[in-house]
Amino acid sequence: MEILLSLLCGTLTAAAVFLMLSGNLIRFIFGLVVATNAVNLIIFIAGGISQARPPLIPEGESLPIPPVANALPQALILTAIVIGFALLSFIFILFYRTYERLGTVETEAMRVSEPADLYQAPHAKNVADMADTGTTPANTANTANKITSGEKS
Amino acid sequence: MTPKARSRTTDRLARATSILPLILFLAAAARIPALAAGKTWRFSLDWAPSLGIHLSFLFDGLSVFFVLIVTGIGFFVTLYAVTYLHGHSQTGRFFFFLHAFMISMLGLVCADNAICLFVFWEMTTLFSFLLIGFDHEKEASRKAARQALLVTGAGGLALLVAFLLMEQAAGTFEISRMVPVAGDIKNHTLYLPILVLIFLGAFTKSAQFPFHFWLPNAMAAPAPVSAFLHSATMVKGGIYLLARLHPVLGGTTPWMATLVIVGAVTAIFGAVTALGQTDLKKILAYTTLTGLGIMTLLLGGETHPSLVAAMTFLLVHALYKSALFLAAGIVDHQTGTRDIRDLGGLMRPMPFTAAAVFAACLSMAGFPLFFGFIGKEIMYQGTLAEAMMPELATFAAVFANGFMTAVAGILMMQAFIHKNTTVSGPVKEAGLSMWIGPLVLGATGIVFGIVPDMVGTWLICPAVHAFHPSEEHIQMALYHGINPPLLLSAVTITTGCLLYLWRRPAIKGIAAIFRTLPADATGIYEYLLDGVGKVARFQTRIIQNGSLHRYLYVICAFFVFLAGFSYLRGGAVALPALWSNTPLPAADLGMLMLLIAVAAITVVFSRSVLLAICALGIMGAGIAMIFLRSGAPDLALTQLLVETLTVIIVAVILLRLPGLQKSGNTGFLKTAMNAVLAVTVGLMMTFMLLIEPGGPPNDSLTRFFEENSYVAAHGRNIVNVILVDFRGFDTMGEIIVVAAAALAGVALIRNRKETP
Repeated sequence: MEILLSLLCGTLTAAAVFLMLSGNLIRFIFGLVVATNAVNLIIFIAGGISQARPPLIPEGESLPIPPVANALPQALILTAIVIGFALLSFIFILFYRTYERLGTVETEAMRVSEPADLYQAPHAKNVADMADTGTTPANTANTANKITSGEKS
Repeated sequence: MTPKARSRTTDRLARATSILPLILFLAAAARIPALAAGKTWRFSLDWAPSLGIHLSFLFDGLSVFFVLIVTGIGFFVTLYAVTYLHGHSQTGRFFFFLHAFMISMLGLVCADNAICLFVFWEMTTLFSFLLIGFDHEKEASRKAARQALLVTGAGGLALLVAFLLMEQAAGTFEISRMVPVAGDIKNHTLYLPILVLIFLGAFTKSAQFPFHFWLPNAMAAPAPVSAFLHSATMVKGGIYLLARLHPVLGGTTPWMATLVIVGAVTAIFGAVTALGQTDLKKILAYTTLTGLGIMTLLLGGETHPSLVAAMTFLLVHALYKSALFLAAGIVDHQTGTRDIRDLGGLMRPMPFTAAAVFAACLSMAGFPLFFGFIGKEIMYQGTLAEAMMPELATFAAVFANGFMTAVAGILMMQAFIHKNTTVSGPVKEAGLSMWIGPLVLGATGIVFGIVPDMVGTWLICPAVHAFHPSEEHIQMALYHGINPPLLLSAVTITTGCLLYLWRRPAIKGIAAIFRTLPADATGIYEYLLDGVGKVARFQTRIIQNGSLHRYLYVICAFFVFLAGFSYLRGGAVALPALWSNTPLPAADLGMLMLLIAVAAITVVFSRSVLLAICALGIMGAGIAMIFLRSGAPDLALTQLLVETLTVIIVAVILLRLPGLQKSGNTGFLKTAMNAVLAVTVGLMMTFMLLIEPGGPPNDSLTRFFEENSYVAAHGRNIVNVILVDFRGFDTMGEIIVVAAAALAGVALIRNRKETP
């Protein structure tokens, strides 16, 4: 039982990682959803899994009748599910807005804050200067402007 | 308050702070008779007693000797700085730094606990950084400050390690308790590492070759700081350390050989370089190197004369160097230049400064009647008595002193007597509070030169006895009869005079020699600093190149590396054993798991967004079923609800995005690499879940909740009771997170309508 569940968790994790590495925002979202589920399941298994009764106290008793499932990981996962949902819905909206502004779902093309040439060799001098004087290299600003002005095209 | 009045108030307050060093000086001076009789004071406060770290202070001859120098010069430096910085907008900050620097130095020379000493050591580094970089608008100041911080800070780290190793060897951090077990430390296998690290700390602080380069650059600091830094504080820290640890680590061949050689090289290097300089402060900075080199080589000695000479010369040097730096500041302040080629004939307009400079220079040159002469006599006595390489030590001392005599001549003649001035306009003498310091310090050199034996009895001998108890008494007198030191003195003065007369060819020759050197220390420092930047840029380009894919890849790969490493180290889990004694799951549960796996794989390979969303839904519902079958109906309920909402939101949003077309830039190799990493991460996760924890899981918390759920909280659903009762605040936080996410989401969507 544990072995199969562990394998399942591994499969879900692998799927999530692969999706998130794909460089496409939509797949990235799918990966996040899968990862959230995988992590919840992992916590559940780590807390000890059994086909016991739910952790309820019957009428007239003051203690649950064993065997009963571990209540603590359940409470933690319940929190995790809800928090995960809140996070996911926010990220969905964020990604949607990103797409609207930048007009692409390719994460490699989303380089406004860290342009691809930021740390390239001919440019490296400017970055060193920036660290010294606190000014932004001109072409970084230009790249940012280009992308912002090119939105909604 | 008008700016002028405020400036006057600031000045008055700043002047008042000079009481602090004065009181400390008098308090220390009052202890001299008791110290000379051999009394010491120890004072200790617990800091971290379990680690053997105490705030313990030892006041013995050596400490008080340094305290007198630091506070005595500190008093005049403070007075001087008030006028020097008059009208500066950051006066308050300056005096805070200056006094903090002084107090750190006092702590350094009084600390008995090595860790305590280290803390004060680092504080002097820190405050010297702030003082050197005080004119932070100037790039040269910032660079010099950073250089001093990096060089002495690195030395400080070496020192910390040395102290930790010494604790290993001696079993205590208290230096006074290391002295009785010095033999054990010297025979310990860690002795050599300790020695190397201590030397790194002392040599960086005291600007010994090849770490000397930060000191001449540190003259970017305001003149009073330079005077303080070069004469009494900071660079003397390393000398103090060598003296303090002399009984613990000294007397061995590596100790003696290193100190004599490094000291000799530094002394000669400093002396030769000083002669070729034209900036007043730079000339003085290089002569400081000479002085420090001579002190270091004398501390390499094991005989009483060498160590007495070290302390005597330290006092001589502190007196003349502080006077000269302060005077150089006055010249700069009144004429606007420090270039010795532009200066001349200052004796008439600046009589008091001139007198101070003459007294200090003659002491530096070691003319009879000045304290410098006594210092030099004893120095030669000391170098001749060196246990190791007395010839090298004596040669270096005579050579360096010859150059110092010539430099002193240049300083006096060129700036004050020759009349080839190019400074425009009439030059006026500075105010009393400026020239009083150098004048008193210079005059002290004369007074000490007249009564050398008193200085020896009251100051030098207690200091030396603190780290080298000996019955031997060194007679300090003007005239001992015709003996080797006197002859060497004569040689020195003759050399100095000849060098002064032939200074032009000499400077040309030195410049020619320096040109042939392939690299200088500053160049190497710059190269290393540049190298650090290059490495940083290189690794940033590789690891943090701004690509989301790269970030994720690095994080996942590092997880695999770390988990795999600890997995292999912990010994692989016996997987077959697990296979055999695991009951097979019920058929329906097995089908469920298969369904979830298939759904997840479908999401990966699907080219249709709709299909992927459906698969996600199936996966989520399947997991809810697993929860339901495992005694967690609440989880199942929440999971189903959330999964349904997620699918709806994903559908609403994703169907507005473009489809899952194959992106152009992902080649086969990249996809394969992604797949390999993803599968490895998945395998790692599986293995981690399969590793058996040592012993049964701790269920005391679960039991607490089970027992108290009904009794204390009157709830029958334990999971719910945990959420709303035992962890109620946690749940409230969770609600806030959900609300914040909702608000942020709304804000993002709203924002869109206003700015299309």
